[in-house]
Amino acid sequence: MNSHFFIASIGTETKRLLVLSPIDFVVIAIYFIIVLIIGWYLKKFATTGEDFFLAGRKMTAWVAGLSFISANLSSLETMGWSAMAYQYGMLGAHAYFIGAIPAILFLAVVMMPFYYISKTHSVPGYLKLRYGEGARCIAGFTFSFMTIMVSGASMFAMAKILNLLLGWNMDLSIWISSATVAVYVALGGLLSAVFNEVLQYFLIWAGSLLIPILGLIHAGGWNAMIEKIKANAPIIHPTVQNADFTSLWRNLGSFDSNPMGIDWFGMVFGLGVAVSFGYWCTDFLQVQRVIVAKDLRSAQNGTIIGAFLKMLVPLIVTIPGLLGLAVLLNPDGSPMVLVPESDPRAGITHRTYNDVLPLLMGQYLGPGLLGLGVTAMIAGFMSGMAGNVSAFATVWTYDVYKPLLVKNAPDHHYLNMGRWSSIIGVLLSIATAYALFLFSNILEYLQVLVFFFIVPLFGVVITGMLWKRATSSGGFWGFLIGILVSIAMWAYVHTFPDGYHPAPKVTILSEKSESSNNEKASLPVVSAEVVKNEKGFEKITKVVVEKGTVELLNIRPLTNGIIPGVLEGKGGKKLVQVLAPGVVNKSNGEVTGFGTEGIEVVLLPDVKIKMREESHKFAPAAFNPVHAKLIARSEKAKPMAINMYSGWWSLVITVLVTVLISLVTKPKPESELRNVVMGLTPLPDEAPCPWYQKPGFWAFVVAIVLIVVNIIFW
Amino acid sequence: MLMQTLEKQIPIWFFIGVVLLIYGVLILASGIYGVFYPPPVEHRVALWELHADIWWSILLIIVGLVYSIKYKPQH
Repeated sequence: MNSHFFIASIGTETKRLLVLSPIDFVVIAIYFIIVLIIGWYLKKFATTGEDFFLAGRKMTAWVAGLSFISANLSSLETMGWSAMAYQYGMLGAHAYFIGAIPAILFLAVVMMPFYYISKTHSVPGYLKLRYGEGARCIAGFTFSFMTIMVSGASMFAMAKILNLLLGWNMDLSIWISSATVAVYVALGGLLSAVFNEVLQYFLIWAGSLLIPILGLIHAGGWNAMIEKIKANAPIIHPTVQNADFTSLWRNLGSFDSNPMGIDWFGMVFGLGVAVSFGYWCTDFLQVQRVIVAKDLRSAQNGTIIGAFLKMLVPLIVTIPGLLGLAVLLNPDGSPMVLVPESDPRAGITHRTYNDVLPLLMGQYLGPGLLGLGVTAMIAGFMSGMAGNVSAFATVWTYDVYKPLLVKNAPDHHYLNMGRWSSIIGVLLSIATAYALFLFSNILEYLQVLVFFFIVPLFGVVITGMLWKRATSSGGFWGFLIGILVSIAMWAYVHTFPDGYHPAPKVTILSEKSESSNNEKASLPVVSAEVVKNEKGFEKITKVVVEKGTVELLNIRPLTNGIIPGVLEGKGGKKLVQVLAPGVVNKSNGEVTGFGTEGIEVVLLPDVKIKMREESHKFAPAAFNPVHAKLIARSEKAKPMAINMYSGWWSLVITVLVTVLISLVTKPKPESELRNVVMGLTPLPDEAPCPWYQKPGFWAFVVAIVLIVVNIIFW
Repeated sequence: MLMQTLEKQIPIWFFIGVVLLIYGVLILASGIYGVFYPPPVEHRVALWELHADIWWSILLIIVGLVYSIKYKPQH
């Protein structure tokens, strides 16, 4: 087994990743001032419910398209998918190709006429028209809950990231950004949110495009970058030695030939059909951006513009992730190894995958440009929050408050409710953000749970849109059972009837000794055997702990103080992880830290030992391969593959249940289905237009570009 | 009444133009300062010698000017 380490002197890793100069602070301050001015200015244009919740239904195609894509291009997205590209290579770009474009084009060409002509305020509102109050209430409540969770998660992530990168106070980050969002959304409603999303889109490009340009110059061009990735990937990702990081499709023949642990079926049907169509066609946050266009053709063309802009995003997301594999180096010239957040070395001796974009920002962006990059990041977080809060205000007011609480109030009553629910939405988001500080692991599962809600939603919406026989009972039970099955599948793959035993781990604790006030004198003392390979890359082969305290997780009592690098246990051989956040190296007296695995550790008699045994029946961070095989067809399927397959089965089950129950229940009369179902919805007779304004033509062009790009990077 | 109000609304493109223009000028000033008073070698970013801040800020200024002039508020 190949094991790598990175010895870091203590303090290096706690140092801020990015250091801002005064000009950078000026750039950031200007952003806050401008968004508040925009919010204040737009207040006078939000005088009715239609203005506030639907931006007066007057958006042009370009504004609608930019807002549609920008609402999705949050900082969690850019940082997260750069991290994905670092972890999964070129496969990370699928989120922008098959994982988005077919669904966006389908929304534009097939679904948009129904959303637009039915004049619905929201996707739950469409469910009311098609299936009745039951389905709308499930969607209204779950969507309200989801937007608050996502908004809070965005806030939490922003505070944490700004703290890690810049050392900013987390409370201050949360309250300043939330207050700004609350002010501009409560004043201008959706119009404010859309304006800021369009502004954010430009800022993201202005602040991010330099990274791939300079990175590719630095790497020596595209081909040189690919060669460097091929050389570095086995060192950076030793657990997937044979995986191909530089292909889109060539490596999807089996689960173990690519770093994502997925096959073509999961990619096409899980990501490309279930998750993607659910997200792009029925997530109201997205759909709201285009149903507010000034006419149907603008709504359709805006969506198609969004598809084209989406295909450009890999330039500032996927390429930086790939560059991370090629140009991020340690001071000695060896490739810098980043690790997942769950890795015991994360944040102690190693940076994480999520740091790849900030690391590249720090590497290439000087004063002023760095401020612009950080502003783009903050703008991304804030517009993500604003998008969720404005969607929450709409769904809460129109799909929960109006039908269930106050039915026949005048328009200004709902407008005021919209303003107040925006502020309450922000406060709930803040509460969620603070809750996430206590239960931060919820964040890891949040996105998956969101998928599990929107996929069944897409199943019922599309069945009802295309099939007039679908009944209210079919829609209600299909949706509910779809959500429950999704949650059940998620729980099933994380269940371990025989117990889940975390990997054995030795932690050399840097506890302060009670008998000494000298910090260095109180640290554990170790000596290590180190060998150099032919490239001069150092590798620890053995560690001897001479003094200090050691915690042993899932390691049985020792006979002679020796812990082997590999232990035999339930489920086969497991490498022993070794973590030393702060120790004194006996050979030179220096304070260092390291993390590695699979090496022998020797504990001398003076060392204190703390033993800990852990076993769980349910482990949300781990996947049971036996259960996963039932869902994702292979024990080799990795988490991403399991989620995609779960999405697929969830869609199949939702549609099946909806159809089967519809067949035995009474359908709605056709008169009630006009303008909401295919075959009963006459398209409005819009004035004739030249070919270059026709949505069908541009959808065809985008589809051809998608195919060509996939062939080029096959 | 509503239509009249809508016609007077300043387009988002104007705000974008102004923001890019302001940022372009600030970053250009910072870049020119860096040419005359270069930071110590150990504090320089990679490819510092390309002066990306200068040519990138000029691009931002051009785009900002185009948007802010083309979409300036009409009275």
